[in-house]
Amino acid sequence: MDAHIQVKNLNAYYGNAQALKDINIEIPSKQITVIMGPSGCGKTTLLKTFNRFLELTDETTIIGEVLVDGQNIYEKDIDVTEVRKRVGLLAQRPFPLPMSIYENVAYGMHIHRTKNNRDEYRQAVRHYLEVAGLYEEVKTRLMSPATSLSIGQQQRLCLARGLAVEPEIILGDEPTSALDPISSQHIEGRLLDLKKQYTTVIVTHTLRQAKRLADYVIFMYLGEVVEAGPAKEVFNNPKQERTRAYLEGQF
Amino acid sequence: MKKHWHRRHIVEAIVKALMMFSFAIVAGSLGLILWTVISRGLPALTWSMITQTPKGGFYLGKEGGILNAIIGSLYLAGGGTLIALIFSLPIALYLETYLGDSGWGHYIRLALDVLWGIPSIVYGAFGFTVMLALGLRASLLGGIITLALLELPIMTRAMDEVIRRMPVDLEQAALALGSTRLEVAARVVTRQMLPGIVTAILLAFGRGIGDAAAVLFTAGFTDRIPTSLMQPAASLPLAVFFQLGMPYPEVQKRAYASALILTIIVLAISLGSRWIASRLSKYVLK
Repeated sequence: MDAHIQVKNLNAYYGNAQALKDINIEIPSKQITVIMGPSGCGKTTLLKTFNRFLELTDETTIIGEVLVDGQNIYEKDIDVTEVRKRVGLLAQRPFPLPMSIYENVAYGMHIHRTKNNRDEYRQAVRHYLEVAGLYEEVKTRLMSPATSLSIGQQQRLCLARGLAVEPEIILGDEPTSALDPISSQHIEGRLLDLKKQYTTVIVTHTLRQAKRLADYVIFMYLGEVVEAGPAKEVFNNPKQERTRAYLEGQF
Repeated sequence: MKKHWHRRHIVEAIVKALMMFSFAIVAGSLGLILWTVISRGLPALTWSMITQTPKGGFYLGKEGGILNAIIGSLYLAGGGTLIALIFSLPIALYLETYLGDSGWGHYIRLALDVLWGIPSIVYGAFGFTVMLALGLRASLLGGIITLALLELPIMTRAMDEVIRRMPVDLEQAALALGSTRLEVAARVVTRQMLPGIVTAILLAFGRGIGDAAAVLFTAGFTDRIPTSLMQPAASLPLAVFFQLGMPYPEVQKRAYASALILTIIVLAISLGSRWIASRLSKYVLK
């Protein structure tokens, strides 16, 4: 397997409570990996270690290694902004920046200085809005406040904004849980379109969504990885009793 | 479903009456103040009052105007607010971005609250001592520095409260795109907070322009418009104070006219700030 992210002996604690126990997994490149499991199993915690977001929560301890492209992102001299540029995050609820629709997408390009002039910015903003499937709906009002969009549109805007930073990896922390069914479908469709270009890791608590999206599955329970493997194998022929029980809806 | 007068309905009626009573007292006081200032000040308010410096001898005379005090007050409060802003915005951003609710953050906020509560005459006395130590005389500069000290805690705490109300998720959204802490503060937090920050600035300006005690020793009083930072400067509150203390009814009337001018300036600033804030809040997340 061509692993884009490798997790080695990872343990995480909130205060004294252990949230992740000895995690050892590999995330395949340019596929959708779905992390699933019941509430409180540590799936979001695990996801947040991939872009060094977990440390933003007070009193967390993280021990172990997370390798992105073979580089441990928890080493001392790592530039955390560079990690987050490479590893984008689509949050649970869309949170636009207090700017216009245009500026939301241009923001990441501005801070990372990836474009040289106005025309390049304009083209890139249009491109990423198209990729996120939002352009047609907003093309006449790019300078309107981002908050004037519906929640579903805001989430697609957040996707465009994240892609504009040119990441290699997209993390999704239950990215459709705040959305209506149609908007969820939009987001799922985009994620499926994008998986050829980006390594994608999605946390979800809905089994049906996991089945729709996953190429590779990680099942977690009580802070441990119970089972990980290609989606077909895990869904059709789980090796662990606990995975089987979860798939049958027993949790 | 007919309404019966149960105890909870009676309690609600009493509390509601109490709230309305409190409101009436406050609104009535405000109305009375405005009425006093307008009814006594308006007859004495002439065009020459706001376009001329005092004439006919000493600055408390009956001729000429109080342009010296109007300009002096704007210089003093404007300069003080500018200096306070230069220091308070970084302090407020630092408090939020780096200290948060830590022990140090707590102590600094406590210190600012204490400073906010200190009477302005103490700032005046402190400013005077500093000026003596530096060999300065009562001057525009001395008044500006003292007003900056007076306004700093107000402005910083007002900004701090505004910044603290910022949604945590917004900061995270910006961090997730690979922003540095500074970029989060300067490009995102500031934009979200701009309307509140403008309000904080004008709150401090209002306090500064209305304060008499802080500029009493430090800026002095003069009937000329200062042309350098080292010259003394007049101010509207002191103009009101001195004119009201004179035993001549004509001069006392001019005190009310001066108070009216001060009120109009403060009102204009407050309405202007609301207008600016509402324009700036177009993109702000609610």
